[in-house]
Amino acid sequence: MKLTLNIWRQASEADKGAMHTYDLDNVSPDMSFLEMLDVLNEELNASGEEPIAFDSDCREGICGMCGLMINGEPHGPEVTTTCQLHMRSFKDGDEITIEPWRSSAFPVVKDLCVDRSSFDRIIQQGGYISVNTGSAPEAHSIQVPKEAADRAFDVATCIGCGACVAACPNGSASLFMGAKITHLGELPQGQAERDTRVVNMVGQHDHEGFGGCTNIGECTAACPKEIPLDVISQLNRDLRMAMKHGH
Amino acid sequence: MTNDMPDTTLAADPSPDAPGDATDDAVGYYTPGDPIRDTKAPEGPIAERWQTRKFEARLVNPANRRKLSVIIVGTGLAGASAAATLGEAGYEVKSFCYQDSPRRAHSIAAQGGINAAKNYKEDGDSVHRLFYDTVKGGDYRSRESNVYRLAEVSTNIIDQCVAQGVPFAREYGGLLDNRSFGGVQVSRTFYARGQTGQQLLIGAYQALERQVAAGTVTTYTRHEMLELIVVDGKARGIIARDMVTGEVQTHLADVVVLASGGYGNVFYLSTNAMGCNVTATWRAHRKGAYMANPCYTQIHPTCIPVSGSHQSKLTLMSESLRNDGRIWVPKKKADCAKDPREIPEEDRDYYLERIYPSFGNLVPRDIASRAAKYQCDDGRGVGPEVDGVRRGVYLDFADAIARLGRDAVEEKYGNLFDMYARITGEDPYSLPMRIYPAVHYVMGGLWVDYDLQSTIPGLFVTGEANFSDHGANRLGASALMQGLADGYFVLPHTIRDYLADGPFEKLAADHPAVLEAEQSVKSRIDHFMTVGGSRSVDSYHRELGHIMWEYCGMERSEDGLKKAIDLIRTLKDDFYRNVKVLGTADSLNQSLEKAGRVADFFELGELMCIDALNRRESCGGHFRAESQTEDGEALRHDDQFAYVAAWEFGGDDEQPILHKEDLVYTAIEMKQRSYK
Ligand SMILES: Cc1cc2nc3c(=O)[nH]c(=O)nc-3n(C[C@H](O)[C@H](O)[C@H](O)COP(=O)(O)OP(=O)(O)OC[C@H]3O[C@@H](n4cnc5c(N)ncnc54)[C@H](O)[C@@H]3O)c2cc1C
Ligand code: SF4
Ligand code: FES
Repeated sequence: MKLTLNIWRQASEADKGAMHTYDLDNVSPDMSFLEMLDVLNEELNASGEEPIAFDSDCREGICGMCGLMINGEPHGPEVTTTCQLHMRSFKDGDEITIEPWRSSAFPVVKDLCVDRSSFDRIIQQGGYISVNTGSAPEAHSIQVPKEAADRAFDVATCIGCGACVAACPNGSASLFMGAKITHLGELPQGQAERDTRVVNMVGQHDHEGFGGCTNIGECTAACPKEIPLDVISQLNRDLRMAMKHGH
Repeated sequence: MTNDMPDTTLAADPSPDAPGDATDDAVGYYTPGDPIRDTKAPEGPIAERWQTRKFEARLVNPANRRKLSVIIVGTGLAGASAAATLGEAGYEVKSFCYQDSPRRAHSIAAQGGINAAKNYKEDGDSVHRLFYDTVKGGDYRSRESNVYRLAEVSTNIIDQCVAQGVPFAREYGGLLDNRSFGGVQVSRTFYARGQTGQQLLIGAYQALERQVAAGTVTTYTRHEMLELIVVDGKARGIIARDMVTGEVQTHLADVVVLASGGYGNVFYLSTNAMGCNVTATWRAHRKGAYMANPCYTQIHPTCIPVSGSHQSKLTLMSESLRNDGRIWVPKKKADCAKDPREIPEEDRDYYLERIYPSFGNLVPRDIASRAAKYQCDDGRGVGPEVDGVRRGVYLDFADAIARLGRDAVEEKYGNLFDMYARITGEDPYSLPMRIYPAVHYVMGGLWVDYDLQSTIPGLFVTGEANFSDHGANRLGASALMQGLADGYFVLPHTIRDYLADGPFEKLAADHPAVLEAEQSVKSRIDHFMTVGGSRSVDSYHRELGHIMWEYCGMERSEDGLKKAIDLIRTLKDDFYRNVKVLGTADSLNQSLEKAGRVADFFELGELMCIDALNRRESCGGHFRAESQTEDGEALRHDDQFAYVAAWEFGGDDEQPILHKEDLVYTAIEMKQRSYK
């Protein structure tokens, strides 16, 4: 099939950036979206134009490195990551607009690549259980009800891609944060630091310039791992409890 | 345990083999070197060696640790676990990765699970059995003391991960669940649905970020190591490129750890992540670290086939599919393009069931892989033609669905079927799946001693980047175990013995060895930016991958390997003269990053072929056409090849130098395998 691609190009964080239009022919429906961009890049390279920078690594939907705004939707029209989106979701003659995540907490590094280190800094503020190597008790001394373990797992599948932030009109990272708070909060091991965790992570979130949550729900709709909206309720509950405890 | 092994397998010839020996296919391609006599494993009974080593390794006073600096390249399981642990101990750690966050290292993609000898199922598992299975699985080409230690510390890993909050699968009683994996007879595999690697890595990543907050670890993301700094024979730092600004930086330290993962991407197409590379270890190799058994590659039989020349990577599907799926190809070539549902039963060749009646579709990975290749080479492959050949075989669930019902099949394999449908656009419930083998893992890597130290003092190597534990083949669920064993429980003990002599003399930033390393990186970058050729980096990489896959893939032969070496050398020359890298060096430039990696893959590819040429035997993942039984099975030659091939870099355009480490088994007896 034949496509018209409007792609954001920006040389560096300091550059202003602009949309560029490219025509691409012979796109196979079996290509992944990123393979389609690979093909475009080969053509650009051959014609002497610098290839478009975009991030990806695993191309299996698990590392969270990829992430493009495709026709205004994070990761495009399907509930999956950009790397797992295939061209059979589009049709001959389509015009596709491709942009980076837009958020003041995710500055553009180049073209379609953004800097998501703000997520790492949120985790640094408490997204862990403090246990030094070698000091762990025998694994079977900790029993976890299956239900809690399953829920912890479900929300721990967050890949840190940032689609939730890109989708949110407020640019909030509450879904990402709520997923971690819920993962660790469901487990007996996570209780000791429950109050400080939520207070410190939320503090860092706000400090990074992410917006507040007003329960719009666009984040869940965009999340490739289907992290449910109720992790944000859990986040808010934990925050209230922590304040009650004097934090 | 036996001590009565045939002497032939133990006979260690102290003098280097003379080239010209009847079976020395690689004569003219390498220079013989001295054997490696000491691996630094303590003497004594195998079960006591690790305790002995831990006790004998010198301690570092807590007050001194802050003054000792450690560079760790890699944030996968092997790197993140080491960085967190050494940070907790109080050392000053710098951690590097090429992704935008440490959490994205390729370990994240591991699906199946992690082994540990917990024996929670009371099914007869033990440290000794895990040790035995691993050595046997590696086809008796691994070093027994290291493997024993791996099995020994495996149980601590599970304790550590559970305490960190890793959400392993649990039973209704709240205890941890286990499954049996990769054909072993005990249930020792811990898992978190199909995302075990992700959950383990997030655990290690969180421990790492906790140390960043504590101020002991500094992370350098989007930084690529491009050179090792060696001063007075010791590893003292790295040259890294800031991939955003292009700045070439010098980082100095008392010790350097490489945890940079595997090099399966030398084949271009593999199940590895796009950025997986050999640069970190290859640069160290060029500076004196030996590369061991580079030809040992694991090829996984159940991957989704290539769909066209645009293919950028391959996707693995869990091996468990072979428990219920039946593998076949059409008997007649004319049927290959037909709808498989229209091919009658009598025209189908269930070749694994035919050739291996007792194991059928469950034969080991390498046998299943090779058999698929033979069918396709014979012109009976299925699926789309890519470059004139159909490379795929059917994995059919029609019988399973008829026998168990669609719901039961969906319950067991639903997520895999969904993944398959998303990638291929075909519905595996109504149409047989198509599968083909793909490169998945490399057992080869930098040579390390019992302490995980390379032949360069002060350079330690962990995880898939070293060669240490899996011999010629790796058991399923054992790579995750090794990465975490190395990083949490082995390296932190052995590295302190080295650091006990530090802090080493402060190095000036303009020390000649530092300047030389920096200059060599800059001139390589300059070269790529100024060649002004006409071919893209990817096109070279793809062609190199074709050569490797064709001649150094599932089956290797003397003629094929020699041909491959010629082809690689020619292509490499052309690459340096004709590659086209646009953009600038002082900004994010993905073509430039790839050019550096592909340049190193050329050199590695050649060494892999030489190693494969030298090893005229079939063992584990390495199958030499010249070394098979009458009915086509792999034939090992313990009398000639029970050694680790450790290659020393001989210089540009010089032959590599082969050092042999004889493999001596005291706690296990060597046997040939048979699956007929
Ligand atoms: C699809 C798939 C499924 C798998 N499933 C399983 C399984 O179920 N069980 C199992 O045991 N094993 C499995 N494996 C194997 C296992 O995942 C890997 O062997 C293991 O995770 C490797 O870990 P590592 O820490 O050594 O390296 P990696 O996780 O590959 O990490 C490498 C790190 O090094 C960094 N790096 C590399 N080069 C440079 C450089 N030049 N400069 C700076 N940084 C660099 C990277 O950024 C990264 O952080 C699987 C592998 C694949 C591909
Ligand atoms: S919550 Fe979902 S959208 Fe947000 S970072 Fe995690 S996986 Fe991505
Ligand atoms: S590239 Fe890893 S999730 Fe898309």
